[in-house]
Amino acid sequence: MSPTTPLEDLDAASFHLRLYVAGQTPRSALAQANLYALCEARLAGRHSIEVVDLMDEPSRARTDGVIAVPTLVRVSPEPTRKIVGDLSDTARLLAGLELPAAQTGPA
Amino acid sequence: MTVGPWPLSESGTGVLDKAATGIEGFDDITYGGLPRGRATIVTGAAGSGKSMFGVEFLAQGAREYDEPGVLLSFEETTAELLANAASIGVDLEGMSREGIVTVDSAAGDTDDLVQSGEFDLDGLMLRLAAAIEAVGARRVVLDTVETLFATLPDEVTVRREFGRLLRWLKDRDVTVVVTAERGEGRLTRHGIEEYVSDCVVILDHRVDDEVATRRMRVAKYRGSPHGTNEFPFLITGRGLVVMPLHHEEQDEVSDERISLGIPDLDSMLGGGVFRGSTTMISGSAGTGKTSIAAAAATAACERGEKALFLSLEEPAGQIVRNMRSIGLDLQRWIDEGLLLVRHMRPSITGLEAHLASLHLLLDEHPAEVVVVDAVASLTRGVASYSSASAVARDIAMLRVRGATTIMTALVGADDDPHTDVSASSLVDAWLLVRNVENDGERNRLLMAIKNRGSAHSNQVREFLLTDDGPQLVDVFVGPDGVLTGSARRQQEERDERTRLSRRREDERRRQSLDRRREEVERQIASLRRQLDDELAQATDMADSVADEAADRDAERHDSAARRLTGGSP
Repeated sequence: MSPTTPLEDLDAASFHLRLYVAGQTPRSALAQANLYALCEARLAGRHSIEVVDLMDEPSRARTDGVIAVPTLVRVSPEPTRKIVGDLSDTARLLAGLELPAAQTGPA
Repeated sequence: MTVGPWPLSESGTGVLDKAATGIEGFDDITYGGLPRGRATIVTGAAGSGKSMFGVEFLAQGAREYDEPGVLLSFEETTAELLANAASIGVDLEGMSREGIVTVDSAAGDTDDLVQSGEFDLDGLMLRLAAAIEAVGARRVVLDTVETLFATLPDEVTVRREFGRLLRWLKDRDVTVVVTAERGEGRLTRHGIEEYVSDCVVILDHRVDDEVATRRMRVAKYRGSPHGTNEFPFLITGRGLVVMPLHHEEQDEVSDERISLGIPDLDSMLGGGVFRGSTTMISGSAGTGKTSIAAAAATAACERGEKALFLSLEEPAGQIVRNMRSIGLDLQRWIDEGLLLVRHMRPSITGLEAHLASLHLLLDEHPAEVVVVDAVASLTRGVASYSSASAVARDIAMLRVRGATTIMTALVGADDDPHTDVSASSLVDAWLLVRNVENDGERNRLLMAIKNRGSAHSNQVREFLLTDDGPQLVDVFVGPDGVLTGSARRQQEERDERTRLSRRREDERRRQSLDRRREEVERQIASLRRQLDDELAQATDMADSVADEAADRDAERHDSAARRLTGGSP
């Protein structure tokens, strides 16, 4: 595992998140819904979400090093963190993003 | 998942369409290469050369068979891939620039992943699809898929997705090589052979008695015959080479005989050995095997041909020095660039490297006569089977190259030729040199045990190492067996004495006969004289009788006349 980011930084940090999907499949739709919900609940006002559809930009799979989809990348704050899956396991998603476990769970 | 038998090729001949790998020897043992449009697993432990197999398959396809390819590595970075490929003479970077190969590294892409919910490998497929499209790839190498299983969470998903990936590749009609780690008790660590059932190649880097040898086996090849043995293979600076190359063996054989540099030996073999043939000289230590072999190499150089003397025992300088002592000037031919004397220790380099060096050595010095001295050294430190097969492979390779080979082999002190490496059935001519100990001295005997395709002397000769090189001498075969050395010389002297005394005896007998004849002739002469005398006497006697009779007649006549004329005279 990458070194853990100090918590005090994360409290105020702005999250740049990038979600790689492959076409508009039910799984990619689910991942996007889960991501938006979490950001609303936990990162309101301090996040930006970028969705990359590899069907439209296939070369980015290679340049950005994507194998599994959906893949969520925490571009910032650094270091980069990666979470794969449809993000339906909130606990694992929070752990992956290094956010503290839910006080007010997402919808 | 069950996979049914693959359909036959479009041509309907029932023969699988194959993609040649271009790997020397491999296409021979698989009768043409890997199954086209399907996937092959190349499995082996770390360092067994499976990535190299993949790289060579790809590079050969792009360069030689007009089949561009994609190399996707899960293990190594692009820089590492290029460097490794360069080590076997493959310029992946150049091919990549030319647009006939795509090199993609996914190393690290699956590290430190956290899983949240379900996922699939569409990213990988889109990535491959883009790469395939970019160069119009017909071949794909995935190296090593194990990494996917090891780094991605949820093995069940990875397994399912991997199966889907292979079906997807198959639909694209590309020929795929998937490398995998060898597993405990099964072909691959993660059992991916379940998804790839067309062709399985197992690579092995085994250490026998501290000598490492690479081996390859085609464990499975659905719908195609294939060599089932383990074949040694090499990773050389020019790519992979699978031994033996026996399928390439030329049909044309030479009727030309070449000299082994010892005139009497040549005549013993019916005029020399055939060009391109293999001669084995076996014998125990110190029987002069090396000297005969060196004479053959010298003879080649004297004909203006190149010769290679591969010494597995002594350093090159020592060979040159020792041969000088028996009148063979190797240095002269080395200086002229015709002779190459090379010392190699197979127990250090491994049999595989030994073969590779021989292969490469012959490329730089295309010798017409090759001496390998002594093949028994190959057994040192390796299992005897390996050695015998190494010798067989040496012979096969040299034969393919058309080189006339002289091998020496050390046999046990008991001098039983059958303890020899079992390569003897592969050689065309087999000379045995043995020591004979008699009357406190050791002498060398040479005999031709076999000589394919020609009459050869069944005579045992005595073999001498003289200041003028090796020579053969007729041995003395007498009632007491074969005599050599001083016993032979003594016997020769005895023979000479016998001849002399017999000649004197003859002389004496002739002289006495002469005397007898003179005597007899004298007797004949005297008898004849006697006879003549007797005959002469007999004639005289007859004459006097006749005279007397005549006298008597005359008297009678006179008295009658007197009676007629008067009564009394």
